[in-house]
Amino acid sequence: MELFRNTNIDFLGKKWYFLAFSLVFSVAGLLSIFFWHGIPFGVDFKGGTLVYVKFASTPDLNHIRSAMDRAGLKDPKIQAYGPAANNEVLVALEQRQTSESALDQGKNTIIQALEAGQPQTAGKLDLNNTGPSSLQQYLLSKDPLHFGGIDAPAKYLAVAQQIDDFRNKQRGGVLGSVDDLKGVAPAEVIAVMEQDFVTSNFAVRNVEIVGPQVGGQLRKQALWATLYSLGGMLVYLWFRFELIYGIGAVVACLHDTIITVGFFSLLNKDITLTVIAAILTLIGYSMNDTIVVYDRIRENIKLMRREDLAEVVNKSINQTLSRTILTSGLTFLTVLSLYVFGGEVLRGFSLALVIGILIGTYSSIAVAAPMLVAYQEWRGQKTGRATLPAASAAREKAKAKA
Amino acid sequence: MNIKNQTLKVVSIIAVLIFFLFGIFGIPKSFTPSGLLASMQERIHLGLDLKGGTHLILQVQVNDAINADSDRAVERLRDDFKTKNIVYAEITKPNPQQNPDVISIKGVAPNSISDLRSLVADRLPDYDLASGPDNSFTLSMKPSIAKETKTKAQQQAIETIRNRIDLLGVNEPVIQEHGLGDYQILVQLPGVDDPARVKEIMQSTAMLEIRQAIGGPYGSEQEAMQANGGLIPANGMLMKGKNIGGQGGNNDSYWIITRASAVSGNDLRTADAGRDENGRPDVKFTLTGEGGRRFYAFTSAHVGDRLAVVLDNKVMEVATIQEAIRDEGRITGAFTEQQTQDLSLTLRSGALPAGIKYLEERTVGPSLGADSIHAGVRAAVIGMLAVMIFMLFYYKFAGINADLGLFLNLVILLGFLGFTSATLTLPGIAGVILTIGMGVDSNVLIFERIREELRHGKTPPQAVDQGFKHAWVTIVDTHVTTIVSAIILFLFGTGPVRGFAVTLSFGLLANLFTSVFVSRVIFDAILNRHQRGEALSI
Repeated sequence: MELFRNTNIDFLGKKWYFLAFSLVFSVAGLLSIFFWHGIPFGVDFKGGTLVYVKFASTPDLNHIRSAMDRAGLKDPKIQAYGPAANNEVLVALEQRQTSESALDQGKNTIIQALEAGQPQTAGKLDLNNTGPSSLQQYLLSKDPLHFGGIDAPAKYLAVAQQIDDFRNKQRGGVLGSVDDLKGVAPAEVIAVMEQDFVTSNFAVRNVEIVGPQVGGQLRKQALWATLYSLGGMLVYLWFRFELIYGIGAVVACLHDTIITVGFFSLLNKDITLTVIAAILTLIGYSMNDTIVVYDRIRENIKLMRREDLAEVVNKSINQTLSRTILTSGLTFLTVLSLYVFGGEVLRGFSLALVIGILIGTYSSIAVAAPMLVAYQEWRGQKTGRATLPAASAAREKAKAKA
Repeated sequence: MNIKNQTLKVVSIIAVLIFFLFGIFGIPKSFTPSGLLASMQERIHLGLDLKGGTHLILQVQVNDAINADSDRAVERLRDDFKTKNIVYAEITKPNPQQNPDVISIKGVAPNSISDLRSLVADRLPDYDLASGPDNSFTLSMKPSIAKETKTKAQQQAIETIRNRIDLLGVNEPVIQEHGLGDYQILVQLPGVDDPARVKEIMQSTAMLEIRQAIGGPYGSEQEAMQANGGLIPANGMLMKGKNIGGQGGNNDSYWIITRASAVSGNDLRTADAGRDENGRPDVKFTLTGEGGRRFYAFTSAHVGDRLAVVLDNKVMEVATIQEAIRDEGRITGAFTEQQTQDLSLTLRSGALPAGIKYLEERTVGPSLGADSIHAGVRAAVIGMLAVMIFMLFYYKFAGINADLGLFLNLVILLGFLGFTSATLTLPGIAGVILTIGMGVDSNVLIFERIREELRHGKTPPQAVDQGFKHAWVTIVDTHVTTIVSAIILFLFGTGPVRGFAVTLSFGLLANLFTSVFVSRVIFDAILNRHQRGEALSI
């Protein structure tokens, strides 16, 4: 089976359409970055407090909001998270509400506010929000199984972990009551726990608190990493081809980066650390596609000395088109699977990859290759010579190697 | 094609397969699916985001340590000025927050200046002396010394935190310098999901306590139970002791110790290694005023009873109370000098050497981690199947070739993770998925090239040869660029992102082997069986 056999599309003839397309997306993204949503940095970069809470039943967001109000938290972001059936809610506080001296104050306030709505919590421990280590401490102090010996801490830790495992693996993190533990923990343990524990209707699944200092550091590092990455590519392509090839590839990658970040800004989706990781990967990936086309251009320049550069480039793109579409398509398939099935935690990361692979493939055809021709035309106008110097130099280099 | 050579290559591929399968599973206890899964989990370590746990980044307030040093220097100067009769107006630290190491001396009498210089050179070699107007002087810590003091404070903080965390019994905790910032420490505790308790334990001061010894020593736990009629007194608990002084031997001893303590580490003011009247190494300690009062009350009420010095829930020393003691005590035992040095350091460093500020706190609940693994594996399997089916469909027999390569690619990648004990994170799983997508790129490049060569009328062996040859250059270029970006990612990233960079780089390296070498061997094997002129299924 074959798609794209002997295609002969005049890609360079469509360069104005490509330019228009790229401009529309870059400018829309840039406008959103500068005038609308800005760069929507996530908690990793901006700092702040995120608390992910799972409820036993469908949560009432208004209820939660008024509970937060009563606790004195100023406009926290409260939103459902993931599929509705998961009953999960994300409560987010901004940096200015995340105290630097007591980093977890915001988190504690959120949990207290949620607990305040629960019946008869006074003086009791909340089973759904007690970790194994605290549970072990509690059991040690009560000693319901009369272990008494040296290994009592280890024995109680095992019991606590059993309870924790059951809650997390069998019940998705939320228990209905202490009675649920029947058959999981010894009866004596359940008996004492019934006196001191209540079960609230929620459990904290995930907490992220980032202070301002770390966020600032990371922002700087993310920027540097992106620039280093582009710089590294430029140097490598300079070494392998010629400077103008490197510049063409780097401009294409920059174009991809701007459009991807712009997309996140337009959609107002948080840019987290993993999204940056995805963008750096895309730089590498987009470079892949570009190199495949460049390699073919270099090869064809040797074979087709008489022909116009535009024609050589066109032919090279067409010859590699099948490969480009196929591999991008297959990578896109895997990334799409990641986006659809990979879960909520990776959603931003896989979204960046989904957008980036489409744009990266497009840019290697529509940005990187035409830039070589544009450069040659510009140079031809200036000097009256119309050859791509990169080609001859590259040829000599190849000869010297051989 | 040389048949013998070919066999050698096949054998080497199988050897690689077995080698990396061993990397994934080790030698499994059983070959059932659950047995294999268990051995795999032993070899491939999961990151916090998959296992659940607590991640903290904290910063050591190293200026505290500098301030402590310069405070000592100020005291020393005051004392020495008195003994050497150096006349001065005042000694201050003008800005302990910003410049904790700077000490300013004002109004030094002109005839004392040379004394001052020699005194500083002699007694405070860590400080530079600079003179200012009106006979004033500024002392500042030498930069190299200041740096060393700060680094030491960080090291000591790491040590202290590690000691405290060990009490929690956490598996595979990470407590290390965090490379990204100034004097930051990364603490990762798998399976711990209540960070409040962790922080409490980390910042607790020395777990040194003095309690009353009710019974003992006993040779074993059973012996202790028997001696007490099978029941430990309500106010007591069984505790292990070292081979305590005078007993000799290397056996542990067991004691029954009161639950409540008379004084604790918070009441400790100093601890120093020294020697007792018989010349045996010991550790002397003094208590704070409040602690001393309580200790006095305790010892006066218990003259004739025994007290136990308990360090981190272990009996270090037991002694009979001869008379009421106020605020000084000592721990003697069969110590070597080194041991007393260590013990006094532990006691002193029980408290953190400098304050700590929390910069970042993340907790992943174990239920979320389990969900993430589930989703990640599902996405990987679906993505991989989609790619494999497409390749079969599009390239027919050559598709089998590519699929075998992909499978081997995956085995090598996971084997790598098993051998290097690199950590698999959720983005790491994404890296595996991406490797599948990008790995197949090399196959497509080669296959498309072979098809092109065939179209140009080359024979199958020629086409295969040319296809691999031409595609090779491109494949190297594409792999290098992606690995460059992965390396930068590794250098810049932390935790989960690093996991991603690791799997992506490993995956692509493995891909060079599978898509170029293995795939070529399979093609050659097919061509060898072919009749001359028979078409290649691609």
